[in-house]
Amino acid sequence: MTLLINNIERVRLLHGVKRIRCVEETIAARYSEGKMRCPTHLCTGQEAVAVGVCATLRNTDFAVSTHRSHGHYLAKGGDLSRMLAEIYGKSTGCSSGHGGSMHLIDESVGFMGSTSIVGGTIPVGTGLGLSVSLKGTDQVSCVFLGDGSTEEGVFYESLNFAVIKQLPVLYICENNLYSVYSPIQVRQPANRKIYELARSLGVPSETGDGNDVLDVYAKTSRAVASIRSGGGPVLLEFSTYRWREHCGPNFDNDIGYRSEQEYLDWKQKDPVEVFEAKLCGDEVLSKEALSEMERSIVAEVNDAFAFAENSPFPSPDQLGKYLYKEDEGASL
Amino acid sequence: MKRVLTYGQAINEALCVAMRQDRNVITFGLGVDDPKRIFGTTEGLVEEFGPERVFDMPTAENAMTGVAIGAALNGTRSVMTHQRLDFFLLAMDQLVNNAAKWSYMFGGKSSVPITIRLILGRGWGQGPQHSQNLQSWFAHIPGLKVVMPSTAADAKGLLLSAIFDDNPVVYLEHRWLHNIEGEVPEGDYRVPIGEAQVLSSGQDVTLVSFSYMTIEALHAVEHLEKQGVSCDLIDLRSVNPIDWPTVFESVKKTGRLIALDTASQTLSIASEIIARVSMELFHELKSPPVRIALPDYPTPTSPALSEKYYPRAEDIMQAVADLLNMTLDTDELIQSRTSPHDVPGEWFKGPF
Ligand SMILES: Cc1ncc(C[n+]2csc(CCOP(=O)(O)OP(=O)(O)O)c2C)c(N)n1
Ligand SMILES: [Mg+2]
Repeated sequence: MTLLINNIERVRLLHGVKRIRCVEETIAARYSEGKMRCPTHLCTGQEAVAVGVCATLRNTDFAVSTHRSHGHYLAKGGDLSRMLAEIYGKSTGCSSGHGGSMHLIDESVGFMGSTSIVGGTIPVGTGLGLSVSLKGTDQVSCVFLGDGSTEEGVFYESLNFAVIKQLPVLYICENNLYSVYSPIQVRQPANRKIYELARSLGVPSETGDGNDVLDVYAKTSRAVASIRSGGGPVLLEFSTYRWREHCGPNFDNDIGYRSEQEYLDWKQKDPVEVFEAKLCGDEVLSKEALSEMERSIVAEVNDAFAFAENSPFPSPDQLGKYLYKEDEGASL
Repeated sequence: MKRVLTYGQAINEALCVAMRQDRNVITFGLGVDDPKRIFGTTEGLVEEFGPERVFDMPTAENAMTGVAIGAALNGTRSVMTHQRLDFFLLAMDQLVNNAAKWSYMFGGKSSVPITIRLILGRGWGQGPQHSQNLQSWFAHIPGLKVVMPSTAADAKGLLLSAIFDDNPVVYLEHRWLHNIEGEVPEGDYRVPIGEAQVLSSGQDVTLVSFSYMTIEALHAVEHLEKQGVSCDLIDLRSVNPIDWPTVFESVKKTGRLIALDTASQTLSIASEIIARVSMELFHELKSPPVRIALPDYPTPTSPALSEKYYPRAEDIMQAVADLLNMTLDTDELIQSRTSPHDVPGEWFKGPF
């Protein structure tokens, strides 16, 4: 398949991955200040999946995600300032400080929530798909999931149901080879692929290079077109790699569960730098335009951090708020 | 000679002792052989006992609990570990429908000797899905035993008892206890399941506590003593079965009860303590019993909200003051703290 993607679109994809990289790395740099006091799972190294997938989706399409959701939320269009404020525990956060890094939401762009129990949103995204099909719209529900979550029963149960009902669900599996510090080899048989497993469950499925935003974009475009036209669920498995520790701001290649060399090999395939070099080499982007892009990203990110830091904490009497729907907004 | 270990080391030692003693004991769970070794508690096990008896598992809590049950029917004693209780909720089916019922529903033909280690999270924004204390769920299920040690010695003694018990035991360890230190006996040291321990003796008030709340209670007791108030502090250690004779005996002496809990208050273990004491000792009570537990909300993530969410030693002191109709000074206690409210001490830097 030849992909028709114009240069403006390519530059937009580059902006997307660079922006997420900048956010994640700024969080990493500032985390030790001790002001972001919640478990935080960075997606540095995995930006291309989020950006390539979300570039094919509309604001009216749905997405749900996992503990590692910053990239998905941002690529889907989620508000950056409100995400950072959430991580800082502020009242202006997207979940009013109740959730933290692992519980992001921006319904205005179809980002319906991320949760921290592995596999927890696979059926939720499937249910969004059911509702779409009942209402007869052409929306797509996108479920971001990790390789680890395919080991949960709920993965099979959800895909099975999505096939029976031919639901408009796009399952995006980011296979980064690890669940915390457990390599995939101790969790899944060596010669069985997640996308083949999905196929055998009746879900059309493909694999792709999760560090190549154009490959992600091309394969997802095709999947989304098929889903929109009533073709039922699709699963795409993208291989990629988490650069930093499972949870937290540091590198941990020294603690013994993976090698520095493996990390360096993946770093060669940096989804940001490789793509950037390509666009500059192809003269899609001039050096000046690139620096301007970088300058504007840094400015936006700095502003968003300033917003988060300067926002007020929730007042203690907000503790009991939002437990039930009728309490919502009572004193905002 | 005194031998001081941390709570985490005591757990590790119990696992070692059990596995050396009985080849049928195995341990598995996400991360038991990874570099962090479940906060150090499974240190050295895979090296000594090999990957057949100490292994990582797929992210499949429910199935793996059923696997442990099946293995138990053939004499294999599994110690399953989960880094948070919250993750284990996927396995409630196997635990409640199978493990807890097996002996009863088959007329005692066989039973399920498994130990489920669950870590209770707190602080550093663990939030709604990483800090639930659902001990009353487990304790509510006939057929399960539930232990919640608060000292290093009990961490060891109760884990050994759990492993060699012929029934399913849920072993709840609070993340904020892993680094506390205490004297721990060597060898196959066992603490009987269902026996409370009286950690301090007094005349004025009975405090019934368990798990991390016992640490807060110890601080409170120390500061109360300085101000002339003496308490019985009962550390339950097991929340199913509960050591009622010890609780009743103390309340008969003091006539005043404060029940502490690490969970949200309604339908908590503390509620059960108050219910039974009220039923059995109504006429001995000098004042209505008091419950100190969490409000009935999920755990908020923002430190601005969690500060008010968790009751601490000063709240216990205040409750004692109210019961005794006196004024007590909590300033010294509050000022003695050096860490922010959302970490147990310098050793815990987050994020997990
Ligand atoms: C049911 C459940 N089990 C275990 C955990 C602990 N845990 C948190 S993240 C994680 C890794 C999951 O791996 P994967 O799905 O591949 O996502 P990744 O972290 O690689 O993005 C695990 C096991 C959890 N949150 N929920
Ligand atoms: Mg993974």
